[in-house]
Amino acid sequence: MLVIICPHCGPRNSNEFSYQGEIVPRPSPDTDPATWRRYLYMRENVSGWQTERWFHVSGCRRFLDVERHTVTNEIGVVTQVGRRR
Amino acid sequence: MTSKARFSAWGLFRRGLTRSPWPRVWDHHDLAGSYDVVIVGGGVHGLATAYYLASNHGITNVAVLEKSYIGSGGSGRNTAIVRSNYLTTEGSRFYDRSVKLYENLAADLNFNVMFEQRGHMTLAHSDSSLRTMRWRAEVNKLEGIDSSVIDPDEIKALAPFIDTSDHPRYPILGALWHPPGGIVRHDAVVWGYARAAAALGVHIHQETELTGIDVDSGKVTAALTSRGEISTPTIINCTAGWASLISDMAGVRLPITTRPLQAAVTEPVKQFLHPVVVSGSLHTYVSQTARGELVFGASVDPFASYSTRGSLEFATGLATHVLELMPSISNMRLLRQWAGLCDMTPDFGPIIGPTPVHGFYVDVGWGTYGFKAGPVAGESVADMIANGRPGALIEPFGLGRFEAGTLTAEKGAAAVGH
Repeated sequence: MLVIICPHCGPRNSNEFSYQGEIVPRPSPDTDPATWRRYLYMRENVSGWQTERWFHVSGCRRFLDVERHTVTNEIGVVTQVGRRR
Repeated sequence: MTSKARFSAWGLFRRGLTRSPWPRVWDHHDLAGSYDVVIVGGGVHGLATAYYLASNHGITNVAVLEKSYIGSGGSGRNTAIVRSNYLTTEGSRFYDRSVKLYENLAADLNFNVMFEQRGHMTLAHSDSSLRTMRWRAEVNKLEGIDSSVIDPDEIKALAPFIDTSDHPRYPILGALWHPPGGIVRHDAVVWGYARAAAALGVHIHQETELTGIDVDSGKVTAALTSRGEISTPTIINCTAGWASLISDMAGVRLPITTRPLQAAVTEPVKQFLHPVVVSGSLHTYVSQTARGELVFGASVDPFASYSTRGSLEFATGLATHVLELMPSISNMRLLRQWAGLCDMTPDFGPIIGPTPVHGFYVDVGWGTYGFKAGPVAGESVADMIANGRPGALIEPFGLGRFEAGTLTAEKGAAAVGH
């Protein structure tokens, strides 16, 4: 069980959150289908620190950017999407 | 000490009497400066590929690189279930070939892999899942696979300890019954392939980590390892959960996320559960080993990770679901739990074939069902390397399908609870 410190609700168990995965930059809407599919499917799948998106589905229902080490599952800085830390 | 001595009942008897030591099963080799084929990952996929390259195609100048000991990854962490009752035609065909290879594997490798075709039962707890079971049964029958839908009375006859009453929250309505499915000793499959491949001249290098891949004008030229450089025109990535990290070295991007899948085993008890029982709705599958332990598996963890640590959340969730299925085992004790890494793809189909880098091949994306595909994947990849192009069985599973938008649709039958 991970503990994620939600900037709005405080420390909460990770099962309150829904995992949205690594953050992939969205291409421009008028791009070609191959680029769109790369955006949809291709992943860095980092082994180490990565910034990923979680949704506090059973809490404040805010989207969060969470820094997490994917090998040790250590959690770093958590920020609300669109706000500065 | 030779690695080519045949195993037999007479040999076992003779050694029992003479107490002479068993020979080493495969020899240790120094890393050669060049190999025709370098296989990264000493699990069932890598070793099977090496074995079929040597036995079916006479390509024996092959190295298998394993960063730890062989079978230390997914091959030693899965729940050892074999079946072929998939939802799609390409999936059913592919895994049917795997079941057929498993049936003859012990004789083929001269190594007892303890394959027991106990039957495989997938329970339906809702009308919609019963409908999918019927669909799967019909697809399977068209491919000549023994698969049919059975009712709760038949389930009770095959597995008396399953609660088929109307008491549970989601009562059992029926099941997909697949008699050729079963369980196998997963370590024995790894050792059997390693021994047979080594006897044909393949070099197995344990504790040898790939650290880089040299690519020159779009072609693989060398594999850099923790023990030195190997010049080679062909590298095959068979590293499952670590597939993205190895492909990165060649500059090939994969549509894979690595997720842990946890499993657990109970104390051994007298045999009481013959078939393999799976419940998608309860996110669990259970089988009883020859030793008497119950082996449980579940769905993948809720977030991506390279960690192989177990969690208490998993153990409590698993117990809840298993007791819903078999209330009578509530006094059994869980002995161990562990996690393996699954290389999940967006369409729950594997990725086998060439990549944009010439000479760099992948056999990855096996998610939660890689072990049961080991023999057929090894045979197909070996065939692809020898003939220079993917055969009909693996053609639908190429890397190009993600950019082309021709995904497979195996989610409904690939595993439980995705």
